[in-house]
Amino acid sequence: MNRALLLTAFKTTFPVLFGYIPMGMAFGILFNELGFHWIYATLMATVIYAGAGQFMAVGLLANHAGLIEVAITTLLLNSRHLFYGISLINKFKTRWWRKFYLIFGLTDETYSLLTGTRPPEETQKTDFYLLITALNHSYWVIGSTLGALLGANLSVDTAGLEFTLPALFMVLAIEQYKSVRESRPFVMAAGVAFLSIWLFSRDNMLLMSILLSIVILLLFRRAKRPNMRLKKGSL
Amino acid sequence: MQDTHYLLLFITVMATATFVTRALPFILLYKISDHPMLLYLGRYLPPVMMVLLLCYCFRDLRFSAFTDGPAELLALALVVRLHLWRGNALLSIMAGTGLYMFLCQSSLPGL
Repeated sequence: MNRALLLTAFKTTFPVLFGYIPMGMAFGILFNELGFHWIYATLMATVIYAGAGQFMAVGLLANHAGLIEVAITTLLLNSRHLFYGISLINKFKTRWWRKFYLIFGLTDETYSLLTGTRPPEETQKTDFYLLITALNHSYWVIGSTLGALLGANLSVDTAGLEFTLPALFMVLAIEQYKSVRESRPFVMAAGVAFLSIWLFSRDNMLLMSILLSIVILLLFRRAKRPNMRLKKGSL
Repeated sequence: MQDTHYLLLFITVMATATFVTRALPFILLYKISDHPMLLYLGRYLPPVMMVLLLCYCFRDLRFSAFTDGPAELLALALVVRLHLWRGNALLSIMAGTGLYMFLCQSSLPGL
């Protein structure tokens, strides 16, 4: 693993650094209020490594929720991850602990980077993916630990710093457009997102809109298969 | 709430459940990973997911105040404009975030 690759990976994950540190800190600060030792925030960030999941965990811990409830809520909340693997099955050409770690670290942001960026060289693909995963993971652990350690004593005004994450998704959407060269998936997804926010609760919109999008994608595939060679419409 | 035993069990359950959701497609779909339908979904899901995640970030906007919609759209417009112009991801993201932080912290003090 060479230094140039590490530098490229660091540059690639830089926006996630600015998203994960404040987000992790927000989790740590909330967790701190439960009265547990800060080391458990570090432990959670290390072994669970899920943004929304850990925020939910604070609520569940405060209510002393049953472990079955914890398992079911986590499975439901993270069910969107089920669809991330589909795009990556053929990309993770490695085995054992490397594959285990790549799968373990598959957060929204890591998935976005792995599907939206190219390794400098094809031969370094696995190392590049591992570095991106490990860097993102470390930002999250650092942020969570800092938040829990400093607790409410924090005085830095980081309001608005969390905008790095939507900005990252926007940039990656543009990069996806450059490689897919079709606008229909984007228009469809935006339509589905608005529809889901309107139809379902704001917190359920992500999973519902993923399911709806997959149904539409599959219907569309069937409908357009006979005339695949036709010119692709612009909208 | 100082029940460390419960906390450790809680963390174990949550870590396992999270890993299961991430690992399932790799386990279930491994044998059929070059099926045309999976290749098709694998190609179109990432662009769809980027848009959905972007919308998810903004799901709570209600356009009731400047920093509850307009500021986000303004900063996002800067990100898009810069990215189409220079194509430098880091520059686009940092400039957009900088503008957003400025709008957030200057227009509504104490927010």
